[in-house]
Amino acid sequence: MRYAEASYSGEGGAAREPAIANSVFGVLVFIVTEVMFFIALISAFLVTKANALQWPPPDQPRLPIAATAFNTLVLLVSAVILFQAGKAFQREGFAKRTEQLFLLALGLGTFFVVFQGFEWARLLSFGLTLQSSSYGSFFYVIIGAHALHAVGALAGMARLYIKMKQRQLRLQSFQAGLVFWYFVVGVWPILYVLVYLT
Amino acid sequence: MAEVATQTAHQDGHHDHEEPSFWSKYVFSTDHKIIGFQYLFTGLAMAIIGGFFSYVFRMQLAFPGSSVPFYGVVSPAAYNMLITNHGTIMIFWVAMPVLIAALGNFLIPLMIGCDDMVFPKLNRLSYQIFLLSTIVLIASFFVPQGGFGGAWTSYTPLSAKAEYNGTPFGAPLWLLAVTLEIVAFLIGGINFITTTMNARAKGMKLYDIPMVVWMIVIASILFMASVGPLVAGAVMLFFDQVLGTSFFDPAAGGDPVLWQHLFWFFGHPEVYVVLLPAMGVVAEIMCTFARKKLFGYKMILYSSVGLGILSFFVWAHHQFISGVDPRAAYLFTTTTLLISIPVAIMLFAFIATLWGGSIKFNTPMLFAMAFLGEFLIGGVTGIWLGSSGVDVYLHDTYFVLAHFHYTFVPIAVIAVFAAIYYWFPKMFGRMMNDTWGKIHFWGTIIPFNGIFLPLFVLGASGQHRRIYNFQNFPDLASENFQDLRIFATGSLIVLILFQIPFFVNFIVSLKRGEKASRNPWKSNTLEWVAPSPPPHGNFGDELPVVYRGPYEYSVEDREEDYWPQNQPPQAAARS
Repeated sequence: MRYAEASYSGEGGAAREPAIANSVFGVLVFIVTEVMFFIALISAFLVTKANALQWPPPDQPRLPIAATAFNTLVLLVSAVILFQAGKAFQREGFAKRTEQLFLLALGLGTFFVVFQGFEWARLLSFGLTLQSSSYGSFFYVIIGAHALHAVGALAGMARLYIKMKQRQLRLQSFQAGLVFWYFVVGVWPILYVLVYLT
Repeated sequence: MAEVATQTAHQDGHHDHEEPSFWSKYVFSTDHKIIGFQYLFTGLAMAIIGGFFSYVFRMQLAFPGSSVPFYGVVSPAAYNMLITNHGTIMIFWVAMPVLIAALGNFLIPLMIGCDDMVFPKLNRLSYQIFLLSTIVLIASFFVPQGGFGGAWTSYTPLSAKAEYNGTPFGAPLWLLAVTLEIVAFLIGGINFITTTMNARAKGMKLYDIPMVVWMIVIASILFMASVGPLVAGAVMLFFDQVLGTSFFDPAAGGDPVLWQHLFWFFGHPEVYVVLLPAMGVVAEIMCTFARKKLFGYKMILYSSVGLGILSFFVWAHHQFISGVDPRAAYLFTTTTLLISIPVAIMLFAFIATLWGGSIKFNTPMLFAMAFLGEFLIGGVTGIWLGSSGVDVYLHDTYFVLAHFHYTFVPIAVIAVFAAIYYWFPKMFGRMMNDTWGKIHFWGTIIPFNGIFLPLFVLGASGQHRRIYNFQNFPDLASENFQDLRIFATGSLIVLILFQIPFFVNFIVSLKRGEKASRNPWKSNTLEWVAPSPPPHGNFGDELPVVYRGPYEYSVEDREEDYWPQNQPPQAAARS
């Protein structure tokens, strides 16, 4: 008679608030897959690096460490600002400040992607291509996978921004977007250290 | 929670009561039951293709060089393409869609008592991507130079360069199809896990969830956690094939064994991804037809979690002869032997469930019991192969082939038939014919053993897996070996012929079968509360409330020997 208590009056189908909202939960499950995806790419890269006689290969251009450090900073700041936007949305709902913070974070994210694009163009012109060496192959696949995630996340968040403008954004959708962007930002420093620095 | 699910469903304009058109009802539906059926029928259609492929190459092995009826003469390239795509289809386009996607979609919302998945549109997208992947795979058979023939494991460097595998179009298309299919199940998996965690009926605690739902959820978690490396590997392999990179080319600094690691890191958990739902199906059926409580519910649940965790540490037992360090092989042997413990716990729990029950031997129950016996053979031979010392001798022989068919056939064929016979009344509102079901059962089980027992013998005698014509090898061309091959092929043909009664029974029962009541098996779980077949929204206006666990059979002091989860405790007990 476990459920014989009075709390179940039998009206049926009344909602109980889930601990984590559906959209956020779905994104978290997806992030598990994403983490494993990046772990696989990185470990494949590390194995190849460990087996190579010389790394990076002597005839290949070096990666832009300082410029990318600056870009990393930009990305991290975007996450902080997005966090503020999330807090503002939770507290004040549809407010001017929320929209401004959200837009600023989006702008910084876009800056990161565009800056990366310019760096890629320069590296290509120096002779680092997908086919030039396994160094180049791994660089473009790993960093490109991250860039695709960033572009996808930005596109999704742009859609959220439009919905926010129209006063139709649900809190859980916004939070799902935030969580995914934290993932995109959080994985980047690891990639920076493993691919650029070592 | 149910409200949350309803909300999402309502956004699709999904509960309007006017009669929807054929297209929006069956093709672009967001209803979880329709999507389940789409997966089921696509899976069954692919099973026919995969079965036909096995018939063609088994005929080639039994009667090498002669023309195969309905196909013609099998060339070596065609033989490779047939075995490759037989494996690919049976695992990715039959076992996965039917066991996980079809059963998961149909059963999860019904068994946890909600009206639909929490992300109905994503669910529809999942099937559409799956359908696209199916079309790409089938297209890959017909491109110039034929379909991919590098085995379903697609080992590099053979698969990476067109000059090695000879299929410049087939290989990338095959890889694309597999990747798309995986994306489809990824989306489905997110839906299954989130729905089960967030949208359960009021009163349904974690330990009140029916075992099959738990198993599908755990399998989905395993899938989500293991599939990332395969996607990463697939991207790298696709780049090698199409863009000329050299991830897996040793000549240019790549590493061919890397692919094996990425593939098997997914590939081995994948075995358990399909095993667990089959175990869940068997658990439901055994409890219903033994009229007994599931023995050791929590033990089975914890075992499956332990099994899931262990399954991430066994992958290299596929690579004992790929140059893996012998010390690492020792570790992987240990984990592989360990993983048989949780599986054994589950099998014993099912046997204990049968113990002292009043067992009803109808078709679903027969299939469920056959699953135990046949899977046991697969499991025990797996222990031999998991020991690196034995594996060095048996690797890539028919022994391995027979072993994994003794695991996959019980999973993807026997358990699936059990599930279809058991849930057919709920799916389509009519009963299947039990006599024809039993004929189908014996006609499936006996020839199945007839195919694969001889292959154990052949494998132990050293017959290699991937040979087109054994007559070219004096050691393997002897007459008694050939007799065993012919016997296996003959058994396969008998098996295929005995599927005709199933299909006829299925189609005739759809139209003419005896009408099913809501709860024809007198079962406890929530899907039997809904009408047969369940309408849009499953339970009508009022979602069920759960008061007890799913397996309260033969409870003392009750008139009925079952006690549905949604039945309120007697008024007397409450006042």
